[in-house]
This record gives sequence, C-alpha cells and structure tokens, in this order.
Amino acid sequence: MLEVKDMVVAYGRVNAVKGISFSVEKGQIVTLLGTNGAGKSTTLRAISGLLKLVSGSITFEGEPLDGVPAHKIVERGIAQSPEGRRLFRKMSVEDNLKLGAFSRKDTAGVKTDLANIYELFPVLGERRHEAAGLFSGGEQQMLAIGRAMMSRPKLLMLDEPSMGLSPIMTQTIMRTILKLQSEGVTILLVEQNASAALSLADRGYVLEVGQIMFSDTGKALLGDDRVRKAYLGAD
Amino acid sequence: MDLFWQQLINGLSLGALYALIAVGYTVVYGIVQLINFAHGEIFMVGAFGAFATWVVMGSPKEMSWQMAVFGLLPAMIVGGMIVSVSMALLTERLAYRPLRDAPRLAPLITAIGISVFLQEFVRLFFGDIPGMPDAKRAIPFPTVIGITGQSLHFGNVTVQISAIFTIGALAACTIFLWFYVNRTKTGRAMVATSQDPDTARLMGINVDRVIMSAFAVGAALAAIAGVAHGLRYGNIDFRMGFLAGLKAFTAAVLGGIGNINGAVVGGLVLGVVESMATTFIPGQFGSPAWKDVWAFVLLILVLVFRPQGLLGAKVVDRA
Repeated sequence: MLEVKDMVVAYGRVNAVKGISFSVEKGQIVTLLGTNGAGKSTTLRAISGLLKLVSGSITFEGEPLDGVPAHKIVERGIAQSPEGRRLFRKMSVEDNLKLGAFSRKDTAGVKTDLANIYELFPVLGERRHEAAGLFSGGEQQMLAIGRAMMSRPKLLMLDEPSMGLSPIMTQTIMRTILKLQSEGVTILLVEQNASAALSLADRGYVLEVGQIMFSDTGKALLGDDRVRKAYLGAD
Repeated sequence: MDLFWQQLINGLSLGALYALIAVGYTVVYGIVQLINFAHGEIFMVGAFGAFATWVVMGSPKEMSWQMAVFGLLPAMIVGGMIVSVSMALLTERLAYRPLRDAPRLAPLITAIGISVFLQEFVRLFFGDIPGMPDAKRAIPFPTVIGITGQSLHFGNVTVQISAIFTIGALAACTIFLWFYVNRTKTGRAMVATSQDPDTARLMGINVDRVIMSAFAVGAALAAIAGVAHGLRYGNIDFRMGFLAGLKAFTAAVLGGIGNINGAVVGGLVLGVVESMATTFIPGQFGSPAWKDVWAFVLLILVLVFRPQGLLGAKVVDRA
C-alpha cells in the first residue's frame, strides 16, 4: 500500500533521514521505533508532504507522492496525527473534528463519522463544545486520533500517541488502534514506547540516526536482544 | 457638551475609516506574521479604482439621489474592490510568496518597496491610461448625489452623510467578517491556519489559498475605505495611503495585532483620541497640526504599558 524507497530528507543541509526503505501492507499495523532524533517524525512529515524529499520516492497505492502538496495527500487517503497532538487548542472539540474532515464534500458521511467518533470516545461527545486545550493529555490524544480519522483515511499515521500519557491511558490508546485496524484502517505507528508498539505491530522497523538498522515482525522484535537492550530496559 | 458630541461623531467616522484599513493589516499578520506595509497603497489603489470606474461609466454627474446611492456608489465600490483585490493578490503571488520561508526582514523590506512602487506607479502612469486624468496632483473624487456634502443636524451637532456611510460600512463589514470567520469553511480554515499552518495542511487545507483569501478580504475592505475617504475629503491622491496606512497600522497594534475585533476597536479609539485631542488639549498642542503626534503618542503609550494591545494580540480568532 505504502512503499518508501531510499528516502533522503533534510532540514537545511543536515540529512535527518538518510536513505530509508520500508513498506506498509494493507490492513497491517507497522511501527517505526527509535529514540529522539532517529528521524521518525521526519519520515511521517515527508510522507504527509510537509517536507520535500532530497532523493528517493514514496508510492501510495501504486501512485507516486512526490510533488503532491500536503493538502492533496489527505485527499489521497493518508491522515496524520502529529507529534505533540497539535490540536487547535482554542477551538471546540467539534470544530477540531470538522477540520479533520476539511477535504470531504459528503456532508452526510461527515455527520455519521462525527457520531462514530463520539461513540468511540464518549468523553469527546459529552464535552464537544469545550475548547480542545482544556482536555487532559489522554483525551487530547483521542481527539487528535479522532480528528485524523475524520478524513476517512486508508492509511492512518500516528506520531507518538503514547507521549506523556499514563500507562493505563497508553493501553486505552493502543486498544483503540487495534480497534481501528479491525475496522480496516492501515496504521503506521511511530513510537518510543517499544513494548506497547511492538505488541500490536505486524511489522517493526528500528531507526537510528536516520537509518533503518533492522526490521522484523513485531513479535520477533519483542524477543530480539538488540531491541530488548536498547528499548525495553533489559540487560 | 455639543462640542463633545460633535468631536465624538467626527472621531468615530475618522476611526471607522482607520478600522476598515486596519482589518487588512491584522488579518494578514494573523496568518503569515507579515506587516504588509504596502496595505496603505492597496487602500489608495482602491480609491483610484473607484474613480476609474466612474470615468468608465461616462463620468455621470446629473442623476437622482436614488440612482447615485444605489447605482453609482455600489458600482464604484465594486470597481475599487476589483482593482485593490487584484493588486493585493498580485503582490502576494509575485513578491511575498517567494519569500515565505525567508527571514522575516526580507518580506518586510519588500512590502516597503511595493509601497513606494505603487505610489510612483499611480503618480507617473495613471494619467497615461486612456480617459484618466493626470494623478501627479490630487484628483477631485466624483460627487455622489445624496452623500457628498450632505449632512444631518441634531441641535448643534452636524453629522456628514459621508460619516454615516463610513460608520455603516464598518458595521456591515464587521458583521460580514464575523460570519465569514465563524460560519464559513474558508473562515474556519483561516483560523486554523493562523493557529498552526503545518497542522492546517495535515487537515487538507490549502494554505496558499487561505493566505490569498486573507489578502483579498483585507484589500476589499481597504477599497471601501478608499471610497469613504474620497467621499469624506472630496479628493484622492497617490500619497493618501501613506499616512492613512500608518494610522491604520497603529490602530491594528492598538487593538492587538492579529485580532479582528481589536482592529475595529483600535481604529475607533484612535479616531476619537485624535479628534478629541485637537479640541480639548489647550494651547498650541491642541492645534490640528498636532493630531498625528497624539495618535503616535497613544501608540507609544500602548506599546510601553500594554504591548499586547487593548483586546490582546492573538491569532485571527473568533471575530
């Protein structure tokens, strides 16, 4: 479904991503693991069209994405919940969700999806007219995911959804991700929380300073010594 | 007491003129953090566009007041808007967009350059357009029968019809802006972009288009101000945008730059302060020559004691 090949992305003159290749198959959950500065968010931003590639290519459903502006990429079916959630804090929950559906023209479908999000996250429905900035971290993460889902994406990219959340809230979010997968959404999950991410993932890629070091199925990586040492605190 | 009311109404109508221009500074700043110093010239070009529309219509002079107010005036406003909006979009596309990622100083200097360019362009070339008079000196603005030179009297207080037009136009524009920002899809996209442009892109918002609509909305209001200026002072000239633009910028900062309501309030406050200062400050400091001084004294005071402006600087938010 998504095919990234030899992708190089730079901030100014510094290459943040140094030629990575990976793919996401339809219906899978794929996770990119790595520490700060490994290039995970840069990868997602490049796929979303916010950053230009220096070289390499991104293909989605057989169509190349290079040169496609960010707002058109959403129309192609790729949505992102960005790092740090980046909600429109002064706007209401409902306004945030409606902005998520900005590129859609089927008013009736948007209404149904809005109702679905409120069913998935009841707390958002109950407080739909309150400003997004007033919600707790976990609730804001739900809203960020809900907002991304409002574009009815084929591929949902989540950038560190567990950031700053309690273990219980992290579990809730991870359960939500599994639920979305069961509804047919393909998911690209960027995480530092390796155990949470790998327990869901069909496939995982480990990034270090802009390069993919190794990859395997989620299960295999959970048991991999290198991963256990670096990311799971085992010695 | 009559004098107070007289100066209040004078101040409000002058302030409404500032406010109509100030909205353009604030909307553009709210989205791209650019002080568009050429905006005063967009106002000037709008006035010239309205004038040119009148010429193209055959320079009509004799008509009923109904024809003038409901036919000629709207035509001139639309003509002025077409000119000012096209000019604003052209400068955005050709001059500002290529500098979107440059250091902030670059577009600022460019804006000053565009301002000088537009002034000189009108001064040197307006008269070369077939049918148009030479613009090296002030041009008499067309008379709109029923408005120009007409006034109402309340006891000893005189209210120019042109003042009523200006204040009415501001009221209508404020309502329109509220509706636009809060109730239309483009308006919501504008608020989102002003809060976080990258995330707005992730929502599928075409940020370039949002920026263009910000320039267009500001220019349209500036064109209305251009017509109001012509009706109020009876003439227009290529320099009219400089001081008016500076005052409107002051008004925008006064109200809190980036805040649409702030621009409206800031404009009105500035107009009233100017008009009151020239009346109630004793001695030579209250002479008309000092009115600009008081306007900028007010700006400095606000910048020192309330730098966020009267209503608080913020991104373009609930209008």
